[in-house]
Amino acid sequence: MAKKFICEQCGQTFEAASKPDKCPICGADASKIKEVKSKGINTNGNVYTFCYAAVMVIIVAFLLAFVASALKETQDANVANDTKGQILSALGYDKAAIDVAKVFDEKVKDNLYTSRPPQPYEGKFNTTYGSLIKNGELHFFTGTTAEGEQAYVIPVVGRGLWGGLWGYIAVNETKDKVLGTYFYHESETAGLGARIGEKWFQDQFIGKPIFDENGNIALTVVKAGSAKTEFEVDGVTGATLTSNGVANMVKEGLAAYSKFLGDRPDCVCDEEWFEDWVKENELSESNNVEQ
Amino acid sequence: MSKLFSDENKAAFTNPLNLNNPITVQVLGICSALAVTSQLKPAIVMGLSVTVITAFSNVIISLLRKTIPNRIRIIVQLVVVAALVTIVSQLLKAYVYDVSVQLSVYVGLIITNCILMGRLEAFAMQNGPWPSFLDGIGNGLGYAAILVIVGFVRELFGFGTLWGYPVIPKFLYEAGYQNNGMMVMPAMSLIIVGCVIWAHRAYNKEEK
Repeated sequence: MAKKFICEQCGQTFEAASKPDKCPICGADASKIKEVKSKGINTNGNVYTFCYAAVMVIIVAFLLAFVASALKETQDANVANDTKGQILSALGYDKAAIDVAKVFDEKVKDNLYTSRPPQPYEGKFNTTYGSLIKNGELHFFTGTTAEGEQAYVIPVVGRGLWGGLWGYIAVNETKDKVLGTYFYHESETAGLGARIGEKWFQDQFIGKPIFDENGNIALTVVKAGSAKTEFEVDGVTGATLTSNGVANMVKEGLAAYSKFLGDRPDCVCDEEWFEDWVKENELSESNNVEQ
Repeated sequence: MSKLFSDENKAAFTNPLNLNNPITVQVLGICSALAVTSQLKPAIVMGLSVTVITAFSNVIISLLRKTIPNRIRIIVQLVVVAALVTIVSQLLKAYVYDVSVQLSVYVGLIITNCILMGRLEAFAMQNGPWPSFLDGIGNGLGYAAILVIVGFVRELFGFGTLWGYPVIPKFLYEAGYQNNGMMVMPAMSLIIVGCVIWAHRAYNKEEK
């Protein structure tokens, strides 16, 4: 088989059975002539290209799967810690300034309200509550606010302009006044809808009553600058749809917890009254959660 | 050692830091430079992430360069970059969660950062692993340097803090000083990048 040679003087390549004494093109002597090693595989062939792509993808897939499973535990712990921080934030703590895990364990208890009386929740800490609420597993947290007031925190979920919203609402012991909120979002517009995650917006809810005199949920978010009654909170300028999303989330979220909110410590009523109260206000879970 | 740090290799490392800076001279990677520089900490993490990813994708592509089929070379480069970016993003989520929340989509968008594709096509496909590594580190640090400058200015004037710690004394606020809300907006970083380019060109006028 003919071998391939290159002459370094003239740069030409040529084929020969063995290394010649002189370059056949320019006549340079043997020291300038080098053999060109052929790779053996044509890297531009279809078969090679397909095999290359397939092998590469398989290697990368295994690598990524390995990394993801190796880091999953640490990541989940981070997400759980962040969720605890959000709940503490609703209770008025500055989550950046405290040891979230420690304060949460000391001050907050996770409870499950499926029927009266509520039970303490002992299972794994949840970080998303949307599907749990839909299944009637109403989690709520008992704890004290930064000011030392006894409070209940309920999770709420909703939809903004681009993606999901979620939040935590802290209510007082008689479950008729907001003590603090925390809202966040998946992908609202930075500088507009994303501002629902800022403190000034969330702090507007502090001290707002939840129910009007008829017992209906009246707490809502209105267009920026038009809040008049004690139930209304200013939305974010330029982010009407996100603000509406928060309003719906608050309303539906509280409605989903109507059973829990109606079950007050000062309630002298019996079971029958409670069932009636829920029916009267059309706040049964099936009606409201599926909207 | 002398071979490892030959003049050519040194140039591959130092050029992108100054005379061929990816942001101020090549004007690449501007989008992320605007988005993540409102504070110093995310700016530095982003800069380091890009440095690590550029360096290692450069090395990997440089090692593979003779085997890569020419027709799918961009896809191969993308797969390598995407895999590295995913790994870095997972690591950030596991070890610096709050920063990864702040950086949000921009870590994922490193994949589309022109600096990476530019270096892979222009340098790593033609050069050996060691010069490619230096070139990647150099370009990454050149990018990070600008991010840090912009992040420093924006955090100082926008929030009155550096690395999260308040640095502007209380009495100035009492005397009527206010944090500049404009600095927090992405548009302002474009102006700062413009100023940096201006200063950089004025400084390097004679060398060109």
